[in-house]
Amino acid sequence: MAFFLTLLALVVSLGLTWRYLGSYMAAVFDGRVHFLGFVERPIYRLLGTSPEQEQTWKRYGAAVIVFSGVSLLFTYAILRLQGWLPLNPQHLGNVGSALSFNTAASFVTNTNWQNYGGETTMSYFSQIGALMVQQFVTPAVGIVVAVVLVRGFARRSSSTVGNFWVDLTRCLFYVLLPIAFAFGIVFVGEGAVMTLAGTATVHDVLNQVTQTIARGPIGFMESIKQLGTNGGGFLNANSATPFENPTGLTNFLSIYLLLSIPFALTYTFGKMVGSVRHGVALLSVMALLFGVWVGFTSFAEHQNNPAVAAAGVHSTVGNTEGKEVRFGDTSSALFAVSSTMTSTGSADAAYDSFTPIGGMGLMTGMMLGEVTPGGTGSGLYTLLIYALIAVFIGGLMIGRTPEYLGKKIQSREVKLAGLAALVMPVVVLIVTAIAVSVAAGRAGPLNAGPHGFSEILYGLTSQGNNNGSAFGGLTGNTPFYNIIGAVDMLLGRFAIMVPVLALGGALAAKNVVPESLGTFRTDNAMFVGLTIGVILIIGGLTFFPAVSLGPIVEQLSHGRFF
Amino acid sequence: MLLHLRRSFTMALICLVIFGFAYAVAGTGVAQVLFKFQANGSITAHGSTLIGQNWSSPRFFHGRPDDFGPYAANSATHTSGGDNPLVANGVNGGSGATNLGPRSKVLLANTRALVAYWHSMGVSPTPDLVTTSGSGYDPDISPQDALAQIPMVAKARGLSTTVLSKLITEQTHGAQFGFLGASFVNVLQLNEALAKLG
Repeated sequence: MAFFLTLLALVVSLGLTWRYLGSYMAAVFDGRVHFLGFVERPIYRLLGTSPEQEQTWKRYGAAVIVFSGVSLLFTYAILRLQGWLPLNPQHLGNVGSALSFNTAASFVTNTNWQNYGGETTMSYFSQIGALMVQQFVTPAVGIVVAVVLVRGFARRSSSTVGNFWVDLTRCLFYVLLPIAFAFGIVFVGEGAVMTLAGTATVHDVLNQVTQTIARGPIGFMESIKQLGTNGGGFLNANSATPFENPTGLTNFLSIYLLLSIPFALTYTFGKMVGSVRHGVALLSVMALLFGVWVGFTSFAEHQNNPAVAAAGVHSTVGNTEGKEVRFGDTSSALFAVSSTMTSTGSADAAYDSFTPIGGMGLMTGMMLGEVTPGGTGSGLYTLLIYALIAVFIGGLMIGRTPEYLGKKIQSREVKLAGLAALVMPVVVLIVTAIAVSVAAGRAGPLNAGPHGFSEILYGLTSQGNNNGSAFGGLTGNTPFYNIIGAVDMLLGRFAIMVPVLALGGALAAKNVVPESLGTFRTDNAMFVGLTIGVILIIGGLTFFPAVSLGPIVEQLSHGRFF
Repeated sequence: MLLHLRRSFTMALICLVIFGFAYAVAGTGVAQVLFKFQANGSITAHGSTLIGQNWSSPRFFHGRPDDFGPYAANSATHTSGGDNPLVANGVNGGSGATNLGPRSKVLLANTRALVAYWHSMGVSPTPDLVTTSGSGYDPDISPQDALAQIPMVAKARGLSTTVLSKLITEQTHGAQFGFLGASFVNVLQLNEALAKLG
C-alpha cells in the first residue's frame, strides 16, 4: 500500500514537473528567460560571443567536442595533482594515471562510473573542483545537444542550430543551478552532511566503539548528482549511505530529481516543435517501458534472497541483502530502476546482490539504450533516433517517403539514425567479448558462475550507456578495466552525439512538407507502439544472447550455488 | 579551432569557480547556518545517529551484521569495512556492501553462520539480521528485527519482555509521512533509551 502511494506521489509530482519545467526549459532555450542577465552577459563577453551569433551544426559540434576535451584535461589534471592542492584534510595522495583517466572520462561523459572509493581516494578539492563541476557541466552538454536536434525539427531551411556557449550558459544558470541549490538545502535539512571540515572521531562509552567518520561537502552534491542524472556519489556506497541519502523523503526526492529533466524534456520538445501531442507520444514510450520495468523489478526484489531462503530464514520484507532498512525492498527497487533507466547510476542498495531477475531488470534497462526516459538530454535525443527508425519502418510499410513533424526522413537521416542507434550495442558487445577473452578481464569479478559474467557484462553495459551504476563486486581499478572502460564511455557518449548533431543540422536545413491524408501519423498510439517495438527489437536482438548467459541462467539454476 | 580552445578554457575556468567552489562554499554556508547539527554529521553524545556501530554485548540490541563483530564466517567481507566509516576500533574501512550475488556460496555460508550465531544468542533471526546493508553501516533495524532480539536482551538485563517491547514501540519511527520508505528503529537511540532503563 505504502509503495502504491509512493508511486502515486511520484506520478503526480513528475506530471506537474513535466508540464511546468518542460515549458520553462522551452522558454530558456528560446531565449525568453532573462532574470540572470547580469550573470549571462559578462560570461558572453569573456567568451567573446553573444546570443545573436548562431553556429552551424559543425561549429556547434566542434565546440561540444573541444569543450569536452578541455573538461577532460581539467578533471584529469586536478586528480593527478590533488596531493599538492588545498582542501585535503585527510592528506590523500595524487590519484594514479589509469584511474585518473578512467574517472575523468567517466565524469566528462556524464557516466560517473567509479573505480575508486570516494572517501578513501578523493580530496574535497577533487570532489568539488573535478567531479561536482562535471556534474553540472555534462548534463547541460547533453541537454543542449538534444536541443539542437529539437531545433532541427522546429526550424525551417535554417543553416544554423543555435550557439553552444549561450545554450550551455543558459542551461547551467537557469535550469540546473537553482533547482540543485534548492534541493541541496532539503537534503541537508534531512541529515545529509555538508561541511568542509575533515573527519569526525567519536567514542561511544556504551559499547566502547571508537569511529572515525568520513564527512565532506555532500548534501549539495547530492542534488546535482541526481538532477543531472550523474550518479557519482561522494562516498563509496553512494546513496545507500545515510550521509548522502538519510531518509525516506530524500530517497523519494532522489528518484524524483533524477527522473524530472529526462521526462520534462519531452514537453520541451513538444513545445518547441509546436506539437505537444508529439511530446506526449514520446513521453508515453518512456513511461510505458519504465512502468513495466518498475513492475517486474520491484516484484523480483520483494522475493526472498535465494541464499537467505536456503539458510532457512523466511522473509516477508523481500531481498534484504545489500539494502538499507529505512528504504525497504520495493522503494530500493524503484530507485534502482529509475537510476539505471535514466543513465544516472546512483545506488541506494547493492545492485550486485539483487535477485537474478531484479538484477536483469537493471541491466536490461540500460541495454534499451537509455531512452526510458534516459539521461538529461541524451534520453531525448536517443529516443528521437529510435522514433526516426520507427518512422522509417512505418514509411516502408505504407510505401511513402517517411516524414516526422513535416521533415522528410531521407537516406542521409536514416543512415545517421542507424549509426547512432548501433554505436552502443556494437561497442558494448565488443568490449565485453574482449573482457571475457583475456585473463585481466576475467580477474575482475568477485562472484563465481553466471553472476561473475553478469558483473562484467553489467559493468561494460553501464559504461557504454554512460550510466555508471555497477555490480559492485567487479574490481574495476586495474589498468585493463580503467582503460577499456574509459574507451567504452567516451565512444558511448561522443560517437552518438556527433551523428545526432549532424542529424540536427541536416533536419534544420530542410523545409517542411505540408501534411496530407496519406501522411503516417507520428502522434498516436500506433506510433507509440511501433517505437516501443523498435526499442525492444533492437535491444532484444543485440543483447538477448548475452543476458541469457548471465541473469537468465542464474535464475534457472534452481537450488545451485556458485 | 583556436577560438574553440580559448572559449573552452575560459568556460572551464568559469565553471570551476562558480559550479565548483562558489556553489560548494555557498551551500556549506547555508547548511551551517540553517542545519548545523545535520550538516556536521548528526553527532550526539554517543556517536552519529546516522552511522551504525558494532554492538556485540547481549545487553544491547544489535544493528545489522555489517561489522567485524562475532561473525566468524564474515571474514570474506572484511574489506567492505562493516560498521566502519573510515576507521572503527583501529581497523580501516569505508562504506560499501558485500556485493555477494544471490546465488553465491560465500553468501550462503555467511548467512548460515549468522543464523547459527543468532540461535546461540537465543534469537530467531529476521532477514535483516542475517544480511548486510548497502552502506555497510546501516544505523537502523526494523521494529521486527528489534522484537526478535528481546529474548537476548531480556535475559542479559533481567528485564521483562513487556518493558522491552514497549521501549521498541516508543522508539519506532514510522515511514515518513506515513508512506515514504519503511518504518525503522535507530539502534543507537534504542540502546541509549535501554541504558537509561538500567
